[in-house]
Amino acid sequence: MTGARPRVDGPAKVTGAARYAAEWRAADLRHAALVTSPVPAATITAVDTSAAERVPGVVAVFTHHNAPRLRPPVGAPYGGRLPLQDNRVHYEGEPVAVVVAERLEQAREAVGLVRLDYAPLSAETDFRAVADTAVPTPPARWGPADTTVGDLAAGIAEADVVLRAEYSTAARHHSPIETSATQAEWRDGVLTLRDATQGVFNVHAVVSSALDLPADRVRVLAEYTGGGFGSKGYVWPHQVIAAMLARELGGALRLVLTRAQSFTSHGYQPPTRQRLVLAATAEGRFTAIRHDSLSPTSTYGEYVEMTANGSRVAYACPAITTTHRVAPVATVLPTPMRAPHEGPGMFALEVAVDEVACELGIDPLELRLRNHAEVDPTSGKPFSTKGLLACYAEGARRFGWADRPRATGSLREGDQLIGWGMATAVMATMRFPAAARARLHADGRVVVEAGCQEIGTGTYTIMPQLAAEVLGCPPEQVVLRLGDTALPRTGMTAGSSTTLSVGSAVTAAAEALAARLALLATGDPTAAVRLDGIELTVKNGAVEVFRLDELFARLGVDSVAAGGSWEPRENQRSMHTFGAVFAEVAVDVDLPVPRVRRLVAVYSAGRIVNPLTARGQMTGGLVWGIGQALLEKSTTDHRLGRFVDKNLAGYRLPVNADVPDLDVAFVEEYDPHASGIGARGIGELGSVGVAPAIANAVHHATGKRVRSLPIALEDLL
Amino acid sequence: MKPFAYRRATDARSAVATVAADPDAAFLAGGTNLVDHLKLGVACPSLLVDVSDLAADLVEHLPDGGLRIGAGTRNSDLAAHPVVRAHYPLLSEALLSGASGQLRNAATTAGNLLQRTRCGYFRDATAPCNKREPGSGCPAVAGHNRHHAILGASPDCVATHPSDLAAAMVALDATAVVLGPDGERRVPIGGLYRLPGDDPTRDTVLAHGELITAVELPAPFGGRARYRKVRDRASFAFALVSVAAAVRMHDGVVEDLRLVFGGLAHRPWRAAHAEDALRGSAPTEVALRAAADAELLDARTLSGNGFKVPLARNTLVSVLRELTDGAAEPEDDA
Repeated sequence: MTGARPRVDGPAKVTGAARYAAEWRAADLRHAALVTSPVPAATITAVDTSAAERVPGVVAVFTHHNAPRLRPPVGAPYGGRLPLQDNRVHYEGEPVAVVVAERLEQAREAVGLVRLDYAPLSAETDFRAVADTAVPTPPARWGPADTTVGDLAAGIAEADVVLRAEYSTAARHHSPIETSATQAEWRDGVLTLRDATQGVFNVHAVVSSALDLPADRVRVLAEYTGGGFGSKGYVWPHQVIAAMLARELGGALRLVLTRAQSFTSHGYQPPTRQRLVLAATAEGRFTAIRHDSLSPTSTYGEYVEMTANGSRVAYACPAITTTHRVAPVATVLPTPMRAPHEGPGMFALEVAVDEVACELGIDPLELRLRNHAEVDPTSGKPFSTKGLLACYAEGARRFGWADRPRATGSLREGDQLIGWGMATAVMATMRFPAAARARLHADGRVVVEAGCQEIGTGTYTIMPQLAAEVLGCPPEQVVLRLGDTALPRTGMTAGSSTTLSVGSAVTAAAEALAARLALLATGDPTAAVRLDGIELTVKNGAVEVFRLDELFARLGVDSVAAGGSWEPRENQRSMHTFGAVFAEVAVDVDLPVPRVRRLVAVYSAGRIVNPLTARGQMTGGLVWGIGQALLEKSTTDHRLGRFVDKNLAGYRLPVNADVPDLDVAFVEEYDPHASGIGARGIGELGSVGVAPAIANAVHHATGKRVRSLPIALEDLL
Repeated sequence: MKPFAYRRATDARSAVATVAADPDAAFLAGGTNLVDHLKLGVACPSLLVDVSDLAADLVEHLPDGGLRIGAGTRNSDLAAHPVVRAHYPLLSEALLSGASGQLRNAATTAGNLLQRTRCGYFRDATAPCNKREPGSGCPAVAGHNRHHAILGASPDCVATHPSDLAAAMVALDATAVVLGPDGERRVPIGGLYRLPGDDPTRDTVLAHGELITAVELPAPFGGRARYRKVRDRASFAFALVSVAAAVRMHDGVVEDLRLVFGGLAHRPWRAAHAEDALRGSAPTEVALRAAADAELLDARTLSGNGFKVPLARNTLVSVLRELTDGAAEPEDDA
C-alpha cells in the first residue's frame, strides 16, 4: 500500500483551510508584542512603561519588575534565558518587556513607547576573537566532543601528500515562512497552547515546569507547522512568555514574532571554523584525518555544532582524530538547523578530499571509492545498511561523470566557465521513542493518532499509508490525528526521525489493531485480516467476510482500538544515511557570479515509504544546499553586537531562478536494524554534500579554491 | 508603528497642499516601500495622502516624439507597454530586472524613482543612521558595507540608491514633472537625486510636499541599449552593480552614448567621464577599459565593497562590448 501518494494536506494548505498557530480565533483574544534589547549585553537601569500603558487598548505591560516568577524548565531543550526574570541582557533581541493589548496595532504602538535605560556591558559577538574556548559536553546521541582512533602522527608520517587547510561556514537563519507564533489560553485552570512547533511534548515539558503547573493542566497543539528547519525544535522564551501571560491575565493571548525578531528569538546555525589535516599515500589511500572545529555558543548556555562528526565515519582510515570547541559570544543560543553537524562539517571534509584528489591527480570519485568505509572507522561497528557504492555508481551514470576532463577551466561555453564537482553526503540517523494508537470505526474509518507534528514533510500522507499497508485497506480509509499532547507520545519532528520512529509505532499500532480484530472476529489473533471499506476479511484456514457494522453491533462496541509503540534499542550497528551529489556550475568570465546549472543526487536511506514526498524532501534539501553554498549568510556587526539585515531581502535564500534541474534518486534498500519499517531518516540528508559539490565544481570551472561559505562573486573576481 | 490618518486624494493640487502644509504627512501610492517603513518604524507619518486615485496612469505620446508616463503607472504596465517595449526597451529591461511580479504590479513609476535605500542600518530603526536620524552616525562606514557606495559618498552616509528604473531614466534623459504648492516645475531625472554630503536625510532635490505627476521621455535615442544587472541571487535582488547603457554607432565609431551605473552611489551615477572618453572613438577593448577606468578613478572603497571597482569595470566593458558588437574590429568592418 505504500508508494507514490500525493500529499493529502496539499489542498488544505493551498486553499488556506489548514490552520496554523496564529490563525485560531477566540472571542476574548488579546495580542502580545515583544520589546527586545537593542544591545547585546547590559544591565537595565530604569524602566518607564507609563506612556505605553496609556495607549488605548493596552491591557498590561510586563517587565522584570512585574512579570510572574518562573522556575527553571526541565524535560526538554530550552534555548533561551527565562524571560523577564532579572535586569540583565545577554544578547541583542532578548525580550525585555511585553505589551498586551486588545488589538495587535495597539500592542505594536505601545512597544515603541516602553522606555528602558541600559548600562551596556562589554560584549564579544565574534567567536574568532574569543580567547577562552571551552570543551563542550554534547548530548550523548551526538557523540563525544573529541574522538581519537589510531596513530595520527604515524599516519601523517607515512603519507605522500598532507593537506592542511582551514574552512569556514557562515551563520545562517532557518527562515521558515511561518514566523513562530503561540496562542495561549487559560480557562478553568487549564492552559492550552496552539504553537508553531516541531515538538508539542517539548513545549509541554518546558511550559509546565517553568510555570509549575501539573502536567495534566497543560495541553499543547500543533495541527500544522509552517516549516521549522530546526528553529521550532528547542523551546524558546516567546513560548514561555505567551503561556505565563495567558495564565496571568486569563483568556486567550496570541504572540507572533516579527520577521526581524525571528533572527534573534530561536537560535541560528552557528558559523564554524574548521581545520582539516588529510594525509594520503600516492596511491590515494587515506592514512590520517584530523578535523578540529570551533563554533560559537551563547554566554548563558551551550550548543555545539558537531561539524567533525561526518569525518568520524566517512572514510576508511587508520587514524582519525576529531575535536570540537565552543566560544561563548553575546548572541542567542545557536541551535540545530537543517542539516546540523554534517551540513557544515562535510563541506570542509569533502572540499579537502577534492583538494587531495587534485594534488594526487586522481579522479575525485575514484579517490572516494579507494577509501570507501566498509565499517564505521571510529566505532568499528558494521553499518546497519550502506548503499553508498550504488549511489556513486548511479549518480555518476546519471550525471555523465565519466566524461569529466581532469583539468580545471577546460569546459567552456562562450563567456561561461563550466565546472563539474561531486561530494559524499553522510548523516547520522536520529531515532526517538514513539507511541501510536489506531482505531477502526464501524463505518470503516481508521483513525491513527500520534502526537507528532506536520512541518511540511508529508506526515499526514505517509502515516496512513503505513497503517493501510498493515490493514490491507486503501490509504484514503485512514486519517492521521497529530500535534496534540493528549495523543500518544512521540519525539520531536527533528533529526529526520519522524518517519522511521513514528512510522514504526504506527505500524505496530496497526498490527495490534489487526490482531485485535482477528481475535474479536474469529477468536484467533494470528488470523490474517484485510480491510476494505466496511468489509473485514479474515483468513484463518477458511476465509470469512464480516461487515463492520454487524460485527461491532454483535460485539456491542462502536469502534475497536489498539496501541503500539516503538523505541530505538541499543544495538551494535552504526546508523547513517549516505548520498552522492554531483554538481555542474557556470561562472561568467567577467561577472563571476556562480550559478548552479544542474544537480544529480542519489541516496541510500533505507526503505522509501513514499517516493513523492521523499523526493520533495530531497529536492528541498538540494535547494537548501544551494543557499548554503552561494547565498545564505547572516552578517554580524560586531560593533553594534547584532545581526544586520534581519529580513528576507538582506538574508538571501534561493529563489526559483537560482534552482536548476534537480535529479534525485534513491537506491533500493531495506534497513532491518534502524527501525521497524526498514527506513532511516531522509529529510536533512538532502542538504548535506551540496555545498562541497558546488564548491568543487567552482574550482573545476575556475581553478579557484574557495574554502569559506557562501561562495560570493568577490571570491572569484 | 504609530497611528496615522489616511486620506484619499481626489485631485493633485489639494493633495500637494495638504502634504506641504503638514511636515508629518506623506504621499502614499503603491506602498511597496512606505508601508514596509511604517511597519519597521523607519517612517512615522501622522497623515498618509493616498494619490492612487489621481488617474495618473496614462502613457501618452508627446508632440516632440517623446513619451509622457503618468506617475501612477504601475511598473508591470510600463514594462509591458508596447511603445515602451518598441522604443524604450531599456526601461522594460530595467523594470523587469527589479523586484518580483507581485511588487511590480503594485509599485508605481514615481514610487519606484523615490524608493529609499536598502541599507540594513537605515532599515533597522534601533541602529544609528544619519539618513534616518541625523547626527546618530553611520555604522556602515566601518560595519557591513558590501552593498554600499564607492562613488560620491560622504563620511556621513555611504548608502546606495536601489532603483533600476532610475538608472534607466537617467540614461534616457527623462524629466520629472513636479507639482508643488507654488505650481509645476520640471526636473531632469539626472538632477533629481542628491549626493549625501552632510545631509543624507534628503535623497532628492524635491521639497516636502512636492509630487511627481509624470515622467517625460525625449524622442528615442536610437542605436542599441541594454540594462545589465549583477546580483548574487538570480532574481529578486538589488544590484551590486548595474549598467544602463545606450550607444549609437556610426562608421565603426561611437557617435553618441549614455552610460549610467546603478548600485554604486547615492544616486544613479551618470558615467560622464567614460562617455567623454568614448564619444567619437572606436570602441576597442583597450578604449572600453580605459573609459571604465576613467570613470572609476575616483572610486573610494570600504572594507567590504572593494570588489565593486573591478566588477563595475567588467560590467561596463561587457555591456559596451555587446552594444558595439565588435564594430571596431577591422575584420568585422571589412
